[in-house]
Amino acid sequence: MACAHFFHQQYGRNALRPYQQIMSPNLNNVIRQAEQVILGKPLQIRFALACLLARGHLLIEDLPGVGKTTLAHVLARTLGLQFQRIQFTSDLLPADILGVSVFQRPSTDARAGEFKFHPGPIFAQMILADEINRATPKAQSALLEAMEEQQVTIEGTTRPLPSPFFVIATQNPAYQIGTFALPESQLDRFLMRIQMGYPDAHAERGLLSGVDRRKIVAQLSPQMESSELLALQKRAREIFVSPALLDYVQAILRYTREAARYTHGLSPRAGLALLSCARAWALLDSRDAVTPEDVQAVVPGVVSHRLQATGEFSRQNSAVLVRELIEAVAIP
Amino acid sequence: MNKSLIYGLLLSILMVIAPHAEHLPLWVSGLCAGLLLWRTWLTYGDKALPKRWLLMLVTFAGTAGIIFNYHTMFGREAGVTLLVMLATLKLMELRKPRDAMVLVYLACFIIITNFFYSQSIPTALYLLASLTVIVTTWVHLQAESIALRPRMRIAAVLLLQALPLTLILFILFPRVQGPLWGLPQDAYASTGLDDRMSPGSLSRLGLSEEVAFRVSYNGKPPRRDQMYWRGPVLWYFDGRTWTPGRTTLTYPPDFTDLGQPIDYVVTLEPHNKTWLFTLDVPDKLTIPAIISSDFQVLNRAPVHARMRYAARSNLVYHANVRESERQLQRALQLPRQFNPRAQQLAAEWRAGSKDDETLVNTALRYFSKQGFVYTLQPPLLGSNSVDDFLFNAKQGFCEHYASAFVFLMRAANVPARVVTGYLGGEYNSVGNYYIVRQSDAHAWAEVWLAGQGWVRVDPTGVIAPGRLESGLSAAVSDSAALPFMERNPPQWMRDLRFNLDTLANQWNQWVLGYDSERQFAFLTRLGMESVTWQKMALNMSAGLGAVIALFSLFMLRHLFVRRPDKVQAAWLRVCGRLARAGLPRAAHEGAQDYADRVAAAHPALAANIRDLAARYSALRYGSHGGESVRQEFLQRVRAFKI
Repeated sequence: MACAHFFHQQYGRNALRPYQQIMSPNLNNVIRQAEQVILGKPLQIRFALACLLARGHLLIEDLPGVGKTTLAHVLARTLGLQFQRIQFTSDLLPADILGVSVFQRPSTDARAGEFKFHPGPIFAQMILADEINRATPKAQSALLEAMEEQQVTIEGTTRPLPSPFFVIATQNPAYQIGTFALPESQLDRFLMRIQMGYPDAHAERGLLSGVDRRKIVAQLSPQMESSELLALQKRAREIFVSPALLDYVQAILRYTREAARYTHGLSPRAGLALLSCARAWALLDSRDAVTPEDVQAVVPGVVSHRLQATGEFSRQNSAVLVRELIEAVAIP
Repeated sequence: MNKSLIYGLLLSILMVIAPHAEHLPLWVSGLCAGLLLWRTWLTYGDKALPKRWLLMLVTFAGTAGIIFNYHTMFGREAGVTLLVMLATLKLMELRKPRDAMVLVYLACFIIITNFFYSQSIPTALYLLASLTVIVTTWVHLQAESIALRPRMRIAAVLLLQALPLTLILFILFPRVQGPLWGLPQDAYASTGLDDRMSPGSLSRLGLSEEVAFRVSYNGKPPRRDQMYWRGPVLWYFDGRTWTPGRTTLTYPPDFTDLGQPIDYVVTLEPHNKTWLFTLDVPDKLTIPAIISSDFQVLNRAPVHARMRYAARSNLVYHANVRESERQLQRALQLPRQFNPRAQQLAAEWRAGSKDDETLVNTALRYFSKQGFVYTLQPPLLGSNSVDDFLFNAKQGFCEHYASAFVFLMRAANVPARVVTGYLGGEYNSVGNYYIVRQSDAHAWAEVWLAGQGWVRVDPTGVIAPGRLESGLSAAVSDSAALPFMERNPPQWMRDLRFNLDTLANQWNQWVLGYDSERQFAFLTRLGMESVTWQKMALNMSAGLGAVIALFSLFMLRHLFVRRPDKVQAAWLRVCGRLARAGLPRAAHEGAQDYADRVAAAHPALAANIRDLAARYSALRYGSHGGESVRQEFLQRVRAFKI
């Protein structure tokens, strides 16, 4: 796990400028509660939260059964968000996601013959789009467009989606049978892509010996109102970014464009994504300004699905690719 | 009050009033010197300032003295004297910062008064130095904590910043013709030709290095021995002194058979007399002037300010061929009771000459054959000065020769007169013009010959031809009596003098002589069409606005441009020290990551390096790093030891 290297330096460090009005105690509780359920994955929890605070969407790529769904469940419960799960299958249609208008029979209503809209599962604050790459591109793009616009237009009527709106999509590794790989342009809609990874021995022991996770999740109590989450999102946007740090982010972008090992460099949108994630990361660390370490911490999540290595490097693990990127760019 | 501030104020006042000492009444200079010394002594010994009643007494006594001296309190002389005295007295009651402020402004004002007396380049440079001292003192007054050297630097920068503003104001500030901008009439001291000539009067001028005027020729200059600059014409001789005599009715002169015209421009230094100098007889002048019947060119008013005029002269001419009887009679006036031997000699020549021209030649031959000597230091002459000179001393300067010659001519019944002026001039190859100095003063004769009119005869040319061709030093035998620069100085010194004079000439022409006329011409050349004062004022405001805006942008540049970061440099020094200790920071390594790594390797350093890294991160990436935080960090970096 490439991220672990950064994690160990990041986690538990004395805060640079701790001040409690930024880090709400409730957010601490959220983290603590999630860590009690999802054992041995504190970094993934933080990534997910950072993504949420940066108002982006999260893509989790890993094998089935490593806790992707549980993570989504736990976050939804602890944050007190309405939760919907959409299981993507090859025969899933856009209407199954967005909802349909159904003709009402005259007898049941005072007015005769009228269509009534039945909202689909997308109308929730937190969506778990499970195995997104098993559906056809048509169904995928219905979800992705809703993510992008935070509203859906059905039969000429535009309907806003609730706020906060957070999508956690999971996908199976591309080499598995029966998958429609998401094109790069749609991967770009996800702010972060992370991998869960197998739990370490100690955590796994805890899982095997413990109570059924589903029961625990059902018993979790919300630690936060959704209004508080919105306020935290706003605060994350206000975290200070110094000119020196912007220089660093630009240096990273420039490097990906100039180095020969990538098929194409990072876009300005990727740069913005890097900044907003780093801001959220600094907020999670109770700091009011972003440091290069924050950027380095979120680079694996933000960059790995946006960057492709050329020929000779393409077989490298994306984690290695990202580490090389970080090590190649000097902090100005 | 701070001691060094008081010394600064003392120096400021001393510097601005020192040049005045030359023309202040002696007792005022003494009083001021005494007061300055007293104040210095009081400051040095930390003594109390004098009582108020004593100061009042001195002030009233001084003012009374000035009124007694000048019979007024107003006007230039009395006003400046009063100002100088009061400024010095103000030093004696220097108690509050306000008093110091008043003194600074007074010193600035006294600077201006110095220009009433001299406007030369050295004066301007000296006063610029004084201004620097004043501004330095003023900076000290504003910020006591700044050391002398940075204070001087601030003052220099302030003055440099004022330079473009000064230039714009100088070039564009509308000049108004009239007394408001002119200097008082007695602004210039002057030496120069007089309208009286007695033995020794010109030889005294021969020692003066002062510039009389400068000439630049349009086209080829005439030969040096043709450059006779006519000044006052002297008719009346009382046996010792020549004077112009009674002014007769002026009638226009009559020039005929003109030839060989020469065009030139003269820049005349003020001499407080009305005559203007031209070559021989001018037939064109750019300024309104009178040409008298004896060809003197007279300005309408005494020349009190430097003056520039273009003229055209003819070196070949016949002047007043038909002269009035009255004028000819004046040209024969003679004090018969003096100089009998000379009269007798003239009578002999008269008898032996068939016409006037032969007689003139006889006289010139006499001068060349009888062993006359040209000298700056002639012996004293008795009451029969001409006899004494002709038959005993035989040594003299040009005035002796001119005087004796005209006397002899008149005694021989040839109408003659003495003309004074300047001869020749020194060519300045740097500026391509001629400098005519007081030492070029000369006297010669003119005789009236029937059919030819007035003809110039220069007896000096017979005795010392070198005087005409190459100047005084070639002509006189005792060169030790000459001023240093007149005795063939080395070439480099000559060049230096030419360069300095060229500079002074430019200064005169372009700085002091920048009047409304020049301003209009200059602005037209710069491309301003139909120059009016409104346009000038508009341009001036625009220019000043632009300069001020530029300076403001420069001063506010830190809003746009980041300063080279001291904090980062300090952090890199820390990294450098650790690198030498075997723990180099990777280029991509963040401060806190690095601190953690160092802390792991050297637990002893852990607290220190973590603290430094946290402070560095906060300063470089945080939003509220104040100056005190910066200083604290820099100090900790300095204290950081491995």
